[in-house]
Amino acid sequence: MPATGLDRRAFLRAAGLGALALSASACTGFATTGNGGMIFLSTQFRPVDEAEAFRSLLARTVSGVSYVTIEDGPFAGQVRSQIDAGSTQIGLLGGLHGDLAPLADGYLEDVTDVLAALGDRGWPAEYLELAKAGTDRSWYIPWANASYVLAAHADALQHLPSGVDANALTYDDFLDWAIAARRANGNRPMLGLPAGPEGLLHRFTQGYLLPSFTGGQITTFRSREAATAWEYLRELWANCSPTSTTYDFMQEPLETGEVGMAWDHVVRLVDAPERDPRNWRMLPSPRGPHGLGYMAVVAGLAIPKDSTDPDLARRTIDELSKPHTQVGLLRSNSFFPAVAAEIPQDLPPAIKLEADAVKRQQEAADSILSLPPVGLGTREGEVSKVFQDTFRSIVLDRADIRTTLDGQASVLQGILDDLKVPCWAPDPAAERCEVM
Amino acid sequence: MRLRSPWLLLLPSIVLMLALFGWPLVQGVLSAFTDDGGFTFAHWERLFGDPYFLRALRNTLLLIVIVVPVQVVLAVGMALLMQARPRFASGHFYLWCVPLAISELAAGLVWLSIFDNRGYLNSLLVSLGLSENGVQWLNYENTTTMLLTVVIAELWRATSLVFVIVVAGVQMIPREYDEAAQVFGATFWQRLRHVTLPLLGPSLQVALILRTILALQAFAVAQALTGRDFPLLVGETYEWYVVLQNPAVASAVALVVLVISLGTAVLYLRTVRQPEGVR
Repeated sequence: MPATGLDRRAFLRAAGLGALALSASACTGFATTGNGGMIFLSTQFRPVDEAEAFRSLLARTVSGVSYVTIEDGPFAGQVRSQIDAGSTQIGLLGGLHGDLAPLADGYLEDVTDVLAALGDRGWPAEYLELAKAGTDRSWYIPWANASYVLAAHADALQHLPSGVDANALTYDDFLDWAIAARRANGNRPMLGLPAGPEGLLHRFTQGYLLPSFTGGQITTFRSREAATAWEYLRELWANCSPTSTTYDFMQEPLETGEVGMAWDHVVRLVDAPERDPRNWRMLPSPRGPHGLGYMAVVAGLAIPKDSTDPDLARRTIDELSKPHTQVGLLRSNSFFPAVAAEIPQDLPPAIKLEADAVKRQQEAADSILSLPPVGLGTREGEVSKVFQDTFRSIVLDRADIRTTLDGQASVLQGILDDLKVPCWAPDPAAERCEVM
Repeated sequence: MRLRSPWLLLLPSIVLMLALFGWPLVQGVLSAFTDDGGFTFAHWERLFGDPYFLRALRNTLLLIVIVVPVQVVLAVGMALLMQARPRFASGHFYLWCVPLAISELAAGLVWLSIFDNRGYLNSLLVSLGLSENGVQWLNYENTTTMLLTVVIAELWRATSLVFVIVVAGVQMIPREYDEAAQVFGATFWQRLRHVTLPLLGPSLQVALILRTILALQAFAVAQALTGRDFPLLVGETYEWYVVLQNPAVASAVALVVLVISLGTAVLYLRTVRQPEGVR
C-alpha cells in the first residue's frame, strides 16, 4: 500500500518538524508568540488561555507589541542578565509589585515623568506610593490589581446569623455563620478553605487573619494577638470541610456543591457563579480587632534600562492605563482596574459580583493593606512555607501554639537575616525586617 | 601493555561514573554541610525542625517495610503459577506486566479516581448501601487509610517489576533438581523451601535491592493521592529543591535517602546470599 507509506512518512516529517519547532522555542527560555515586534515580558497571565485572552486585548489596543510570559523566579534574572550584558531584548516589563520593586536598583527607567504626563487617572495613593519602592521617584505605573474575597451560595447565606450584615462581617460573625451552617447541614461543614498543595491559604493567614488580629504580618508574627488569631483559626477549621486539605481552586468544590462558602483569590472563584449567578454573592473579607486586613496583588508596568523601543513602551503604558482598556482587562482576565474606571453593567455576573466585593474591601474605613512578600526573590517560597507549616502544626496537628510560633519565628528570622530586606506593608518599612 | 589494557577499556566508564555520579555526590555532600564557604549543621537543624521531615522518614520506611515483602511473596507466587504453564500463560504474563508500562504519576491519578471522596470506590459503597456518605480514604486525619491507599497503588504498580526478575530467575533453574526432589518424594512446600527458593537467591537479591531503592524513590503515587498529607522523603527533596529553591536542605534529604539505600543494599547482599553448598 504505497499510499499509506507516503502518509506515514509525511506524518513523521510533520511530527519531526513540530518537535523541532517546540524544542527551538523552548531554547529561548520563555514562551514566544513568534510575531516579532517589541517584547513585553511579563510574569502575569501565564496559563495559555489567559495569555491568549490578554494578547487579543493587547492586539486591539496597540500594534507591534508581542506579549511574552515568564515564571516569576527567572524574571529578575532574565532582566538583570540582559541589561548587564548590554544587549536588552525587552521593551516593556509587566509584573507584580514584588517582581518589579527589587529591580528598581538600577535596572528600571525612572518613570516619574511618564506618570506625570499621563495626568491624574485616579490611581489609589497607596499604589503610587508602592511604585516608588521606598525612593522619591516612581519605578512603575500601577497596571491592575487582584484580591481575595469570600464567595457564598444562597444555601449557605440563609444560615447567616440574624442581624449580621454580610458586607460587614467580623471574624466572630464569620465563625458563628460557619457553625450555624454546619449545624443546619446535618453536622457537615459548608465552609471550605484552599489548604491543598497549590492552594493559597497562606495568603489568608499572611494578608487577612494576622493583619486583622495583630495589625502586622511579619513583625507581629509571635505576638500574643497572633496566638489568639491562630486559636481562632483552629476553631474556624473545626467548622470547615476536612477535604479542604485537597482544595486548590475553591471554584471547583463550590461549583459541585461540596462546600457552600469559601475564601479564595478572585481568579480562583470566578467560575463558581457561572451557572446560576443569581444564587451567589461575593463578600468582602471579615474584619478583626485591628481592622479589615486585606491583601492586594498589585501589578505594574515598567520600562527596563536600554529598552528596545522606549517610545512604544510609553505609548503601550498610556493605552493600557486608559479606563476602557482597564475594563477590557477585567473582562478578559479578571484583573481589576488600577485607575478610576466605571465598572459597566454588562460584565460577566461573576466578575461584577467580585468587583463589588473588592471595592468594598478596599474602601472600608478600617482597611489594612497587605502585600505579598517583597524583595525575597527565590526565598519567597520559604516564607510562604513558614505560614503553611505554622498552619499545619497548630491547626492540623494541634501542636502547642506558643512553641510553634517561637520555632517558626526563628526560621522566619533566619531567612530575613540572610536577605537583609526591609519589611513590606502592613509592617513598618524599617531598615531591616525583624520579628519582634 | 597487557596489564594496562583492562584499565584502558574501563577508563570511559570510570570517567562517566566520576563525572555523572561522583562529582554530583561530592557537590551534594558539600552543599548539605557548607554555608558561604564554612562548615555548618544549619541545614540539618532546619531539616530536623521541619514538621514534614520526620513524618516523611516514617512514611517512607513504613512503605518499604510493608510493600517490599508483600511484593516479593506475590511475585514468587505469580512466577510459580507461570512455571506451571497454565492456559493462556503468555496472555497472563502480558496482563501482569501492563502496570510496568504506566507512568508512576498516571498510576497515582488512576487510583485517585478510585479512592477520591466522590470516586468509584465510594460510589460503589454508597450504591451498595454499605456506607451513607462513603469513607474519607484520603482525609488528612486518617493516616492509616492514606497509607493503605498508597500501599495498594504501589503494589498494583510495581509488583510486576519484581515478577519479571523472579520469572527470569525461575526459568534459569534447571528442571533436574526439582525432578530429583520429586523422585525422592518431597512435597511441594519442601521443594519450594529447599530447592526453588535457595536457587532463586541471586534473582531475589537483585529484585529486593532494585525494589527497595525504587520504593525509596516513590513519591508520584503518594503525591497524586494525598498531596502533602502523606509526605515521602524523595517528595521532600523535590519540595525543597524546586518549590522552596533551597538546594542545601534538598541535598541533606537526598543524603538521608542515599544512606538508607546503601544500608539496605548492604543488608541484602549479606543476608540473601546464595548458600555455598548449593553451587
